[in-house]
Amino acid sequence: MSMSKSQSRTAEKVEASLKRRYAKEKRFKMLGLTAIGLGLLFVLVLFVSIISNGYTAFVQTHIRLDVTFDADIIDPDGTRDPAVLRRADYRQIIRAPLRELFPEVSGRREKRELYALVSSGAERQLSAMVLDDPSLIGQTRELWLMADDEVDMVVKGHISRENAIANRGERLVAWLEKLEGEERVGSRFNATFFTAGDSREPEQSGIGGAVAGSFYTLIVTLLLSFPIGVAAAVYLEEFAPRNRLTDLIEVNINNLAAVPSIVFGLLGLAMFINVFGMPRSAPLVGGLVLTLMTLPTIIIAARAALKSVPPSIREAALGVGASKMQTIMHHVLPLAMPGMLTGAIIGMAQALGETAPLLMIGMVAFIVDIPGGPLDPATVLPVQIYLWADSPERAFVERTSAAIMVLLAFLITMNALAVILRRKFERRW
Amino acid sequence: MNTSETGVLEAGAVRSQSVPKEKHKVQEDLGSGFETVGDVRVADPAMSTTDVQVFYGDKHAIKNVSLDIAQNQVIAMIGPSGCGKSTYLRCLNRMNDTIDGCRVEGEINLEGQDIYDKKLDVVPLRARVGMVFQKPNPFPKSVYDNIAYGPKIHGLASNRAELDEIVESSLRRAGLWEEVKDRMDAPGTGLSGGQQQRLCIARTIAVEPEVILMDEPCSALDPIATAKVEELIDELRENFTIAIVTHSMQQAARVSQRTAYFHLGYLVEVGSTTDIFTNPTHKLTEDYITGRFG
Repeated sequence: MSMSKSQSRTAEKVEASLKRRYAKEKRFKMLGLTAIGLGLLFVLVLFVSIISNGYTAFVQTHIRLDVTFDADIIDPDGTRDPAVLRRADYRQIIRAPLRELFPEVSGRREKRELYALVSSGAERQLSAMVLDDPSLIGQTRELWLMADDEVDMVVKGHISRENAIANRGERLVAWLEKLEGEERVGSRFNATFFTAGDSREPEQSGIGGAVAGSFYTLIVTLLLSFPIGVAAAVYLEEFAPRNRLTDLIEVNINNLAAVPSIVFGLLGLAMFINVFGMPRSAPLVGGLVLTLMTLPTIIIAARAALKSVPPSIREAALGVGASKMQTIMHHVLPLAMPGMLTGAIIGMAQALGETAPLLMIGMVAFIVDIPGGPLDPATVLPVQIYLWADSPERAFVERTSAAIMVLLAFLITMNALAVILRRKFERRW
Repeated sequence: MNTSETGVLEAGAVRSQSVPKEKHKVQEDLGSGFETVGDVRVADPAMSTTDVQVFYGDKHAIKNVSLDIAQNQVIAMIGPSGCGKSTYLRCLNRMNDTIDGCRVEGEINLEGQDIYDKKLDVVPLRARVGMVFQKPNPFPKSVYDNIAYGPKIHGLASNRAELDEIVESSLRRAGLWEEVKDRMDAPGTGLSGGQQQRLCIARTIAVEPEVILMDEPCSALDPIATAKVEELIDELRENFTIAIVTHSMQQAARVSQRTAYFHLGYLVEVGSTTDIFTNPTHKLTEDYITGRFG
């Protein structure tokens, strides 16, 4: 087919403009890639800094000592009464082998420094062992006892030996080197970090209490915000008439999603604690406050999920004579559920990372005990991080990073779950 | 059916020679005193409507439509886009209730009972007047559950065996049984478009309605699937009363016994399909079926 003059001109022009068009496309693609690359880079920097700071917190320095469970100290009367065993002076038992190892140490101050090599947590360790097995009394065992956080920091190299000498004198390092020479210093997996509550002593502190507090708080939040959020979304989307009142409600819900979270904390303090007299620092109140905070997120996500159910499904159900309620319960809600769950999980992840409103209701208190329920005083993971970040001890720095790693692991798991759920149940029409 | 089809073709062939190139300017309003041409009433109708008016907000979509729907017949509703034929159809089982700002006036009787009566429950009404939609819309569930859903919610089966029977007979009557009997647990949305539409028809007849409304049931289907559905409609006429809205005049001619021509919210003309397609009375009807506009 031969081309006319104007046709061949068109072809030329298209040819000429093609290059420009492709160049534009390429530039646009590069811009997008750069943006993603930058984002990934920042995430990488964050992860590297946190992990490099925090990974050492998962191990803890221990000191090997030959501990004699002296019957005269633990149970002089031979009653084996647990009350007596619990109250016994285990400090003496730990001090004895230290004195043996360093017979040259004399003087009260020097001795006190020597005894401080071992953490006071070791006493609890021994007490638990004896209570568990009273036949240990009278025997000698070689035990790895938890070292003090300063020893831990020097061994891990977070505090250099020169600095330690400058700060504490030469003794500490000399003792440590002697212990190392006898292979009495070793690293063990730090189980305490995962099981213990907060403590003034870094080596005895852990995120167990904060994780339990976060768990109870999130349970309360989920149990309240998901049903309320879904019910509100269903009403607004399916039943509510379109009028000024519902418009107002919609604007308000969208607005609430943007309210600074500390305001919800103040509301919780004023209403739940001061008016209703609920306990301070309790996960119940934390959960209520976070419910207020996550409700808008869940309602908005649930409404979007309901909106995405095609009207043809509603018509089909109505067409065979299903009532409005049946249409919603049998068809619309099941189809919208994955979207709603995704919204709920993202809302929960938000709640898990929330700190500010919980400060207002007293969940920032120093709480040693692990909460046993939503009414016990507790703190949560991000608040625990905040508390540790505020502490001066070097050992808390690595624990802060380690706690952040745990929090990030939870968040990544939750968000991945949301993505998987969405993928798995996503339906195509 | 065959006679009407050839009738259309001949009439179209004759008239097409005199069709002027430019289309007619469509008359904006037929006037408030307009009366439908032809017999709107029939003896012993399945449904009977009198002076039906529909408003979407301020828009007057249906104007004074009176029409009877005869039992065990197929009535086709044709007309240009926006003429109100679908709107009218959706009044017959109150599907318009779901549209915000839609208001229906006049009387629509199903066996002597006004279906827009405030006391009337719309759920049993929709069980008696079923509907098949333009786009096949099976539930995203198994083939079996698609059919069983209606009987289940209305309590038509007292046990599993009865339900199985209803599902099988509905699928048989929709001519789909042989194609899907081995994949009852497969999702209904996985069938082909034509199969999906027949599944929707099977779902509707599983509830044993008296009237089936079909809103352009073949507009999303290919010609072969369309032929199957049309065949099915012809068979269903024995047991059901069918009202079908269609864009295709050939389809109206093939499947219906009576045809109603809608124009800008008015019911212009109604009559036997043969008469409408071979010998229309009103000028607008004639213009439409000969293709001067539409």
